[in-house]
Amino acid sequence: MQKHVLFENINDPKLHNIDRAIELGAYKAWEKVLKSIKREELVQMVKDSGLRGRGGAGFPTGLKWSFVPVASPKPKYLCCNADESEPGTCKDRVLMECDPHSVIEGVMIAAFAIDCHTSFFYVRGEYDLSMRRIEKAIDEAYKKGYLGKNILGTGYDLEMILHRGGGAYICGEETALLSSLEGEKGLSRIKPPFPAVSGLYACPTVVNNVETLANLPRIVINGGQWYASMGTEKSKGTRIFSVSGHVKKPGNYELELGTPLRTLIYDYAGGILDDKKLKCVIPGGSSVPVLMPDQLDTPLDFESVQAAGSMLGSGAVIVMNEDTCMVWVAEILAHFYMHESCGKCTPCRQGTGWLYEIIHRIEHGQGRAQDLDTLLDLAKNIEGNTICALGDAAATPVISTIKQFRNEYEYHIEHKKCLVKSDFRLR
Amino acid sequence: MILSNDTKSKIGEYAKKYPKVKSAILPALHYAYEEQGYLDDSMYEEIAQVLGVKFIEVAEAASFYTMFPKQKRGKYYIQVCRNISCALLGSHHLTQYLLQKLGTKLGETTKDHLFTVVEVECLGSCCSAPMMQVNDKYYENLTLAKVDQLIDEWRAAK
Repeated sequence: MQKHVLFENINDPKLHNIDRAIELGAYKAWEKVLKSIKREELVQMVKDSGLRGRGGAGFPTGLKWSFVPVASPKPKYLCCNADESEPGTCKDRVLMECDPHSVIEGVMIAAFAIDCHTSFFYVRGEYDLSMRRIEKAIDEAYKKGYLGKNILGTGYDLEMILHRGGGAYICGEETALLSSLEGEKGLSRIKPPFPAVSGLYACPTVVNNVETLANLPRIVINGGQWYASMGTEKSKGTRIFSVSGHVKKPGNYELELGTPLRTLIYDYAGGILDDKKLKCVIPGGSSVPVLMPDQLDTPLDFESVQAAGSMLGSGAVIVMNEDTCMVWVAEILAHFYMHESCGKCTPCRQGTGWLYEIIHRIEHGQGRAQDLDTLLDLAKNIEGNTICALGDAAATPVISTIKQFRNEYEYHIEHKKCLVKSDFRLR
Repeated sequence: MILSNDTKSKIGEYAKKYPKVKSAILPALHYAYEEQGYLDDSMYEEIAQVLGVKFIEVAEAASFYTMFPKQKRGKYYIQVCRNISCALLGSHHLTQYLLQKLGTKLGETTKDHLFTVVEVECLGSCCSAPMMQVNDKYYENLTLAKVDQLIDEWRAAK
């Protein structure tokens, strides 16, 4: 059900100004952390909350922090991953534009949890307004003494450096983000070593997503148990779902984890546009398998969506109606992964291009009888054979659409045209 | 010398924030692009000198990302999102409409140097599709009437 934790004050038009944000409670959690919470207590509190990463992988946040060797003489770094670019996802942008102080307060708290004194805010290059709002928020926080040296007289020092990306999906992958931050091309790196041990400048580093971080001030104020009281047994708290595509009321909806997909699409997003029939739903960003209409009662939590054969991913719910040609959809997504492959691993660099070429020719009436086998063979040879998840992400929509809509591919190849023609027009 | 002293000093100042100077390549590229509207080898060289890094390090980084073109584009650089959420609500139609209205082709600049239309991947405006980014600004929930009005405004403003 709808539950406003992150979106509590999101409609306040002045929330991005520090004075208004402070009136509404901003930086109380940061002060509490600095003055009355030990580092170990903070980590335990976030472990107790059950908070899991909101970027896509869903890794437990407290556990991720606990991998950092805090006693290491090397500096420790905290990076906020604000390189939101998974197709369908536009939730971090809303948080940065409307409530930037919650986000940077989250960075401060996470930095404290790993004894970090230099933090980075890696914001997607195209997100101009987000960048300006975060830049202003950081400036204001320095002026009020929440950042800098000897913060609030506690002796704790913390710098925050805004780093603007250059336009590359891959930099949302945490090791590629670190390469990019070092001034290199944004190429992903082999793990291990994991960033917690050897990340930015070969020092212990944690990369956390915007939405994950924005939850931290609330958890510090209300306690880990409070957060854990929302959601399901293993998927705690709320999540912002970006609902897009063929719905009457597209938008970002914050719901308790475990809310059924049907409730999100029909009760919050108003149902299917023009009252057409639902064809399928991508429930977690373009990189995850489609769910079919008979799976609408799937609760939106990590475990249930996985049990239904997909993933909750970035929480981006893309809804498609009966007029959608799935070969056309697969072509659009294949083009994306081809464009965004960083080129480091051969299966992904070459494979994403081949996937696109074959789907493109099927969509344009040049398909061959053996193409479906070739596509599946290619996808299987990419999957699991690359350093980062982009390879798997590229393979998934191909495998998933062939599995669920093989008849559409076959019709294309046989009749040299779409079974259902997608001709969506502007209104 | 192409980059202004002001831009060079901004680059130098920003670089001081980082533990390692090479990290400042990306911000330096943004500063230079903001001033010049494109980047070329001589600008890479100037950035390299300001930062004290190698030319090839700047060139490598610049060529990896989509935001640093080597040629000047139209005054209004129209980037239509082509990805799934926008496509489901007519982005392909939007691109065709713009090209026809402006009498240009994808990636080309109109003769009056006002417009360049390209298709780009997801810009994170999925719940307000279809959309386009023009220079830095997002234009969302587009309709044909809205597009007509914007083009008229831009043509009048020149």
